[in-house]
Amino acid sequence: MTDMITSILTRTVVAGTPLLLGTLGEVITERAGILNLGVEGMMSVGAVTGFIVTFTTGNPWLGMIAAIIAGALISLLHSFVTITLRANQVVSGLALTMLGLGLSGLWGKPYIGRPLPVKMNHVNIPVLSDIPILGRVLFSQDPYFYLSVALGIMVWFLMKHTKVGITVRSVGENPKAAETLGINVILVKYLSIMAGGAFAGMAGAHLSTAYSKSWIEGMTSGRGWIVIALTIFSLWEPSKAFLGAYIFGGIFVLQYVLQPLGISPNLLAMLPYLTTLGVLLFYGMSKTGKRKMSAPATLGEAYIRGSR
Amino acid sequence: MPFVTLPREKTTAGFTAAVLFGSLFAGLCAVGIVFLAYGVNPFYAIYEIFRSSFGSAFGFKETITKAVPLIFIGSGLALAYKAKFWNIGAESQLLWGAIIATWIGLNWGPHLPGFVVIPLMFLGGFIGGGLWGVIPAVFKVKFGINEVISTLMLNYVAAELVKYLVVGPWKGTTKYGYPYTDDLPDHALLNLLHHTRISVPLVIFAVLVALFLCFVVYRTRFGYEVRVIGENPEAGKYAGIDFFKTTVLMMAVSGGVAGIAGVGELLTIHKHLSYPETISAGYGFTAIIVAWLGRLNPGFAILSGLFFAGIIVGGDAIQISMGLPSATVNVFNGLILVFLIMGDFLLSHRVVYKRRAN
Repeated sequence: MTDMITSILTRTVVAGTPLLLGTLGEVITERAGILNLGVEGMMSVGAVTGFIVTFTTGNPWLGMIAAIIAGALISLLHSFVTITLRANQVVSGLALTMLGLGLSGLWGKPYIGRPLPVKMNHVNIPVLSDIPILGRVLFSQDPYFYLSVALGIMVWFLMKHTKVGITVRSVGENPKAAETLGINVILVKYLSIMAGGAFAGMAGAHLSTAYSKSWIEGMTSGRGWIVIALTIFSLWEPSKAFLGAYIFGGIFVLQYVLQPLGISPNLLAMLPYLTTLGVLLFYGMSKTGKRKMSAPATLGEAYIRGSR
Repeated sequence: MPFVTLPREKTTAGFTAAVLFGSLFAGLCAVGIVFLAYGVNPFYAIYEIFRSSFGSAFGFKETITKAVPLIFIGSGLALAYKAKFWNIGAESQLLWGAIIATWIGLNWGPHLPGFVVIPLMFLGGFIGGGLWGVIPAVFKVKFGINEVISTLMLNYVAAELVKYLVVGPWKGTTKYGYPYTDDLPDHALLNLLHHTRISVPLVIFAVLVALFLCFVVYRTRFGYEVRVIGENPEAGKYAGIDFFKTTVLMMAVSGGVAGIAGVGELLTIHKHLSYPETISAGYGFTAIIVAWLGRLNPGFAILSGLFFAGIIVGGDAIQISMGLPSATVNVFNGLILVFLIMGDFLLSHRVVYKRRAN
């Protein structure tokens, strides 16, 4: 019994890690007033880049770094189109997703069906990993997990308690006032989108080099979209991103736990998506006021310098 | 910077057309760069795309076949996008059309003549797709739920449902081991032109639906309300527009015509329900670009649908002849959409060269 609980919790944490990484990135982006619906595409590009670099160099750390860079670079497209050209953020994000899925399919074609020779290894933290259950769940994981937790705390601290956070948030809340205070609004928006891209890229690399060790077209399977829902669920707070990510990680695991009971795997596969809808509905019914207040005031609007 | 951008008040039809074609051309150039990376001569590749889709009788028949669902869905999406309701769920609205039509065809088909059962299937498909489209509309207006996420999540749900049906309860008794339902009775299918997969009445139906929606958007009170919701929701509130009623009706139509596209695919090409990837080759997503290229005018979706059908057919052809992966079409779609929205900048702004004052 304890073995089963340990196993379920461990897999929950692993499944929640890419969701946490992606959500942290999207929280930063949306805090600066930009809606980036391209997460699925950026994640996919990160997954394929991480896989190819790990495959060629044999070093999953290089794979992670390459995926982060790739995610950040492809996000520049969204920045240019929505900030510089002031285009519709929804359509640009969709285009980024199509392009990201397409490019990753193109690049990854030769690697389909070829397992990685190496994988991101688990790291046991001395002493702590010997604690029953929790030791296995929290202190005997792959480095992505530790990094995601550290990054989550860092993003929370930066956004809540430092000038960097105030700068990003003021750009999303009231860009004109921010500009008056001497903040380079355009630059902050560019950097916030890049941060989102970097996080999404890292989340993708986790999928292809730690979660599984193969590349399959479409392996992000909607996680990028769930991330966008989680960003709303977390009320744009990095601290609440943890909660949402692990709840959804648990739902991904639940599919496999329930399968032996004879429920159709296709019906179980609906769970994450139905839960996403359920969560949004729950929020919509109960906390409309709170959510409206939490959302960055200029989310999705183009900023025109010097306009009144 | 010596260049300043000013808002553009008026655009002429000629300028708009020039920008659209310029954007398409730039998008194709970007696609060409992707070809170069694969060691394929981009000019030859692009020539091949258009030659194999519009340049031969066989190719053109395929182009028409694929244009039909794109015109249905694209014109419906244009309607929703006019209200800035970003329906990304046409893929599953199409599937619901196919699900309902399959049920009607299999259960009632054997007992009813074709001229009764075929219209019933289309009606059922319209209702199925429409109801699936109404869900996100209610979610948005009543609970403020972002429609992009809800329509996408519903896509995954419907796709899994179809998979469940074809391997589970609806699995055909005559289809050993395959994930198909039984074939619909022959008299419940549409008659095809000899040696093609084209049903002439269906093509005409698609064109009429697009023209009808064009009329609705620009010539009716309902269409006017849809446009006001998209362009100036505040004014809409003061004018007393019923947001709930208009949005629900609009999405019932937008989802409904996607459902009709699903019925059309079923009755001309597939003849039975099978895996969702087979029933729709991503038409719900390609149609987003069809609507955008048609400047969100449902009537123009006829032309842009035909154009993108050509891109799909040509893309398939060069994929096979040049050994490119199937994801190439996604790259195409993504790049062309990016350049189209970039072109919008020129339509709404003037870039002026200005010497620095003092």
